[in-house]
Amino acid sequence: MSDWPKVRLHVVTGKGGTGKSTVAAALALALADSGKNVLLCEVEGRQGIARMFDVDPLPPEERRLTTGLPGADGEPGVVHALHIDPEAALLEYLSLYYKLGRAGRALDRFGVIEFATTIAPGVRDVLLTGKVFEAVQRNSRNKGAIQYDAVVLDGPPTGRIVQFLNVSNELAGLAKVGPIKSQSDTMMTLFRSPRTAVHLVTVLEEMPVQETADGIAQLREADLPVGGVVVNLVRPQDLSAEDLAVARAGTLDRARVASDLEAAGIEADTGLVDGLLAEARDHAERRALEDSQRVLVGGLGVPTYELPRLAQGVDLGALYELAASLRAQGMSS
Amino acid sequence: MTKSRTRVGPRGTRAPALDVDALLDDPATGIIVCCGSGGVGKTTTSAALALRAAERGRKVVVLTIDPARRLAQSMGIAELDNTPRPVADIDTADGGRLDAMMLDMKRTFDEVVESQASPDKAAQILQNPFYIALSSSFAGTQEYMAMEKLGQIHGTSVADGTYDLIVVDTPPSRSALDFLDAPERLSSFLDGRFIRLMLAPARGPARLMTAGLGIITNAMTRILGAQVLRDLQTFVAALDTVFGGFRQRAQKTYALLQAEGTAFLVVAAPEPDALREAAYFVERLSEDRMPLAGLIVNRASPVPAGTVSADEAMAAAERLRREDPHSSTAGMLRLHADQTRLVEREARLRRRFDAAHPQVATAVVPALAGDVHDLDGLRRVGELLAVRQG
Repeated sequence: MSDWPKVRLHVVTGKGGTGKSTVAAALALALADSGKNVLLCEVEGRQGIARMFDVDPLPPEERRLTTGLPGADGEPGVVHALHIDPEAALLEYLSLYYKLGRAGRALDRFGVIEFATTIAPGVRDVLLTGKVFEAVQRNSRNKGAIQYDAVVLDGPPTGRIVQFLNVSNELAGLAKVGPIKSQSDTMMTLFRSPRTAVHLVTVLEEMPVQETADGIAQLREADLPVGGVVVNLVRPQDLSAEDLAVARAGTLDRARVASDLEAAGIEADTGLVDGLLAEARDHAERRALEDSQRVLVGGLGVPTYELPRLAQGVDLGALYELAASLRAQGMSS
Repeated sequence: MTKSRTRVGPRGTRAPALDVDALLDDPATGIIVCCGSGGVGKTTTSAALALRAAERGRKVVVLTIDPARRLAQSMGIAELDNTPRPVADIDTADGGRLDAMMLDMKRTFDEVVESQASPDKAAQILQNPFYIALSSSFAGTQEYMAMEKLGQIHGTSVADGTYDLIVVDTPPSRSALDFLDAPERLSSFLDGRFIRLMLAPARGPARLMTAGLGIITNAMTRILGAQVLRDLQTFVAALDTVFGGFRQRAQKTYALLQAEGTAFLVVAAPEPDALREAAYFVERLSEDRMPLAGLIVNRASPVPAGTVSADEAMAAAERLRREDPHSSTAGMLRLHADQTRLVEREARLRRRFDAAHPQVATAVVPALAGDVHDLDGLRRVGELLAVRQG
């Protein structure tokens, strides 16, 4: 059973360097079990999805990306990808909602599209969120489009996420009435509903955990639904709690380690034994710091999930492994 | 928005390891700009460099963007007031000093407007909703304002000798391009067709109201509403009077960045994404003829001792586990294997970077166990930065 049965829009945010794009991709795979259609969106213009999945750069339109993580019946669903580009989103928006015809082309020629997408305050974000909204809440205007069971947004970093989703606030100074105002209000209704969840990715270090706590407070203040916290890049758990305590105290049994090494067929010279003991001690110190941060994360009052740090980096296979781990922990059904 | 660009391969001769102390001690180094993607420890690196330079006798000011709260407090800049404040408790035996400030981008923008326009005009601009949004949330404004503040501080310290070294932390840009293009983008916006279009009705409607313009204005009124359009026109008309000033300043700052006394340091972590961004920075800086001093790779994993390979360690751990499933030596061997693989991967990534950019002097800083939130922590980072790896 999933922790988020009602959620259609999963927004993934996190501090830079915590691996939020990896988590968003893994979550999309985890959500796409048998018969499901999932859309993975990126808005930062980095082509991160194409790089992670090793496919050609994505155009600003929906593309079939890969199959999901197979469900209990062994059948996978389908994951689609969308690289949301503000200019394309604006042109699509104009053609869906306004029959501008010649004027649309004139807007482009006079640099209005460029102005709106790069300089006009708030408009860029609204175009990006507007496209996400459209993908979640398909209506009759977009004929023949796929109805998605879930949309995963690889969002902006934690520091910007509230501003990004709080579209009506961002436009408040500009559009007090008129069509843009009513459309941004409709978008806010979805973003504030239980059909949306904003997940935060962190690592077990002081600053990212602090930023996660601040992010949760800001989301709550803005009435935006807080999802789970995904703790990423967790160190390997190869030593038991007792071993860690002994390692931290610096009283690991040297002779025992040396004889174990000999028994396992490795020449136990002093350098190696010292090295292993020092590594264990350093590791134990870092684990202790992780544990103190884990307590803080536990106190945030939201479901938490943990993903391991993979020494070899993240490739396609690793994404499916991480997806399986998220599913096993209940982030998806 | 991101233009397609070509890559730049190896050029010049192989650089030796980055000599941070030589850079800090060289009286010709007047400005150090730290740039790189988010989450690589740029702010900490900037602060550590500034502190080290100050304690080695330079008169330093460090301009930070968004330091962690505790670090800011320990430096005495928890208040965001856009003015450099002296940092207490530094070692001034060598005659140096350290001031620090946190950039208030909106305040900086306001100051530029106030200095360029008449009081009436300035007041009109500062109140306009478009200006408020542009100055506080437009992507690129932060980058531009960091450069603007740098220009201001540089101007005054040249005049009165307050500082002989300015260290600048840069905002975590979405891409390398944002940071260097911000001044250009702002001035090209101010020059653009759209601005002329918006100004047209204010300057004599009948003659300029061509068919094309009429269509545009009608379309925009339908989409935005008449009030928004009027606000926009007022904003553009008001800003128009200060355009010349902006453009000139942007060009001056750009020239300052290119000048001899400036040193760019690209900061990265040994991760594919961070190093890819670093490569873009390096290539872009050399394309724009900006003086690149080197690359700093933070958060490097410590190299494990001994010559036991990861595979050997894993195999030995398996053998021990078969005898005793709870063997702590097996756990240590597995940790050793994991650490070895991590270090190998990082070394491979750095070698690839180096093969493409051999001319870039590099310093590698090992990962610290905890966060840095006081001057002692910054001193330690400074020492690590100064260690030259062979």
